[in-house]
Amino acid sequence: MHILILGGNSDIGLAIARTYAEKEGASLTLASRDTGELERNASDLSIRYGVEVDTVRFDACDFDAHRDFYKQLENRPDGVVLAFGYNGDQERAQADAEEQRTIIETNFLGAASILRVVAEDFEVRANRDGESLFIIGLSSVAGERGRKANYVYGSSKAGLSAYLSGLRQRLAPQGIQVVTVKPGYVDTKMTAGMDLPGPLVLSPDKVARKTYSAWKRGKSVTYVTWYWRVIITLVKMVPERLFKRLEI
Amino acid sequence: MKKTVSGWGRYPVMEAEVRELLPGSTPALPEEGVIARGLGRSYGDSALADTLYRTLPRNRMLDFDGERGELHCEAGVSFAELLRVFVPRGWFPPVTAGTKHITVGGAIASDVHGKNHHRDGCFSDYVRELTLLGPGGEIFACSREENPELFHATCGGMGLTGIILEARMRMRPIGSSKLDVMTLKAENLEEIFRLMEEYGDWPYSVAWLDCMAGGRKLGRSLLMAGRFREDGRLDYTEKAAPGIPFTLPGFLLNRGTVSAFNALYYHRVRGKRTSGIQDIHSFFYPLDIISNWNRIYGRQGFLQYQFVLPKENSYEGMKSVLEEISASGMGSFLSVLKLMGPENDNFLSFPLEGYTLALDFKVQPGLFDFLDGLDCLVADLGGRIYLTKDARMSSGIFEEGYPGLQRFREVRNSYGMAGCFESEQSRRLEI
Ligand SMILES: Cc1cc2nc3c(=O)[nH]c(=O)nc-3n(C[C@H](O)[C@H](O)[C@H](O)COP(=O)(O)OP(=O)(O)OC[C@H]3O[C@@H](n4cnc5c(N)ncnc54)[C@H](O)[C@@H]3O)c2cc1C
Repeated sequence: MHILILGGNSDIGLAIARTYAEKEGASLTLASRDTGELERNASDLSIRYGVEVDTVRFDACDFDAHRDFYKQLENRPDGVVLAFGYNGDQERAQADAEEQRTIIETNFLGAASILRVVAEDFEVRANRDGESLFIIGLSSVAGERGRKANYVYGSSKAGLSAYLSGLRQRLAPQGIQVVTVKPGYVDTKMTAGMDLPGPLVLSPDKVARKTYSAWKRGKSVTYVTWYWRVIITLVKMVPERLFKRLEI
Repeated sequence: MKKTVSGWGRYPVMEAEVRELLPGSTPALPEEGVIARGLGRSYGDSALADTLYRTLPRNRMLDFDGERGELHCEAGVSFAELLRVFVPRGWFPPVTAGTKHITVGGAIASDVHGKNHHRDGCFSDYVRELTLLGPGGEIFACSREENPELFHATCGGMGLTGIILEARMRMRPIGSSKLDVMTLKAENLEEIFRLMEEYGDWPYSVAWLDCMAGGRKLGRSLLMAGRFREDGRLDYTEKAAPGIPFTLPGFLLNRGTVSAFNALYYHRVRGKRTSGIQDIHSFFYPLDIISNWNRIYGRQGFLQYQFVLPKENSYEGMKSVLEEISASGMGSFLSVLKLMGPENDNFLSFPLEGYTLALDFKVQPGLFDFLDGLDCLVADLGGRIYLTKDARMSSGIFEEGYPGLQRFREVRNSYGMAGCFESEQSRRLEI
């Protein structure tokens, strides 16, 4: 099994890479912008798990290059993990058009752009060779309802969730599994220094374990923890009239 | 983020700004009061400062030369990770502490010694080169050839020369994950000294000493000598370690309970001489069976007192120390005696050719005065106290024990590190 990790320097992407290397002996391609860090992460994975790991430069926002990026991969992936993301800064995004654009471009346009290419290839391969292929997309509970605290990020993830959901329906007949992972707060580089609600915070390894078991059991959407599912259900139930006055 | 932190002994406790040393970037360090922190297994105040940089996020293995057993890795890699990855391939850390929950950076900064010091020296003796993050964000490469002074200051330098980022070190080939272990019972100090010498050609040896026993039984102990088997078995499984859910009340550890424990432990071994086979966990890391055993000492925490005496004074010296302890009634739950080989060239490295004894003391009234008394005894005998376990010695005692201090200070000053990197310990000891 060969897995392509888009966002190969992200904590969650790496945790998923470790899990597949350990449990499936999967070989890996790590893709990201910072190729220096990528090399280090690749060495670590190959030493720890004795699997082949290669690296390739990938920029989520360089949409025009996505097709070539994918075509030129040395190893055809059986699974693609979309783990890149840009949290950004909500307040800055309100003041600065560039910041807002980067958030949406990275999380939504970037994801949609590369997934289109992947889906095209997977569809052909599944039809022709009956390979079992899968896509795992890291979305977020922030995409479930826009809140003033992070609606730019949240809406970009909402777009991604909807995209994945449609993709799942399209690819299901070919037996291609699409898993949407919706973590809550995760303790990562992205959230370092943020004031997070302690007990609700998950480790990247926990997210990876959950993702792996969702994939194994053929699930479509996983919320990573049951309490997020409950919280989100409640938050979604609040009528808009009331919601706009809430401080959540 | 401000957090309440302490060393493994849970004494002293302080508030510190805790930051993560994230991969891929060079942090802007504050101008003073910064220190690196690994897994926090040093007992006292050496990994405490106004600002702590946790190295754990940098824990990648960068290169492994399977011919020579040379590993290049980041300093946040723990020994537990090393074991998990390398034991199944037939490699073992060249030197290991009595817990696997320490980092490579911490092992270099403390210049850790193991049960094989008498034969193989310290951890840093197997480190070929390392990189160090200095005050202004510069990165120094050092080895015995390149910036050698900085290398010898950093190995054993308790983080006071900067943050170790990476190291290249040699692992040791092993032919099995099992060890042949010989356990010998010694009635008294004289006998344990004789046995330690007699079994000195075993690669690993350590004695567990009942320091509550006095009189004719003074120094009664169990010697454990081990060597790796060659049967080709390389299985390694880690058991989850249960924890102690809350801090136990301090009064649970008193003279009575400690004596009883010690006597039980001693008498559990029946024969004068027994041999058996043990795995890596039970031989090297028996304390890791309970994940946070430091909580048994109660709220006040505990001190570990580890000193070494030069060989010519070891026997008489240990005898006096043990007599003092047994008379004081300050029970030590665990006392460990080791034989040490020659000292190395690192300026603040602890080991000295002779014998070392490590004792745990619950923090209680009178303890500090009592230990001040032991300090004088140790200093008069030409010994020294281990920095990574210390939380209380005076700068005078420290200076007497570590003749390399002057050169250490010079190196720190010449690289402009003295202001930036300082711990509670370095302030107390006026390093
Ligand atoms: C049960 C137990 C058994 C032990 N047995 C032994 C033993 O047999 N032999 C022995 O020698 N020691 C022993 N120790 C002590 C332990 O090995 C050392 O304290 C070791 O340094 C702890 O590593 P750490 O990663 O937890 O470091 P910390 O406790 O976090 O830090 C210790 C020191 O190292 C410095 N440091 C840590 N990481 C870095 C870095 N990246 N760069 C620069 N400085 C750094 C810190 O500033 C501090 O001064 C034992 C400790 C315990 C709890």
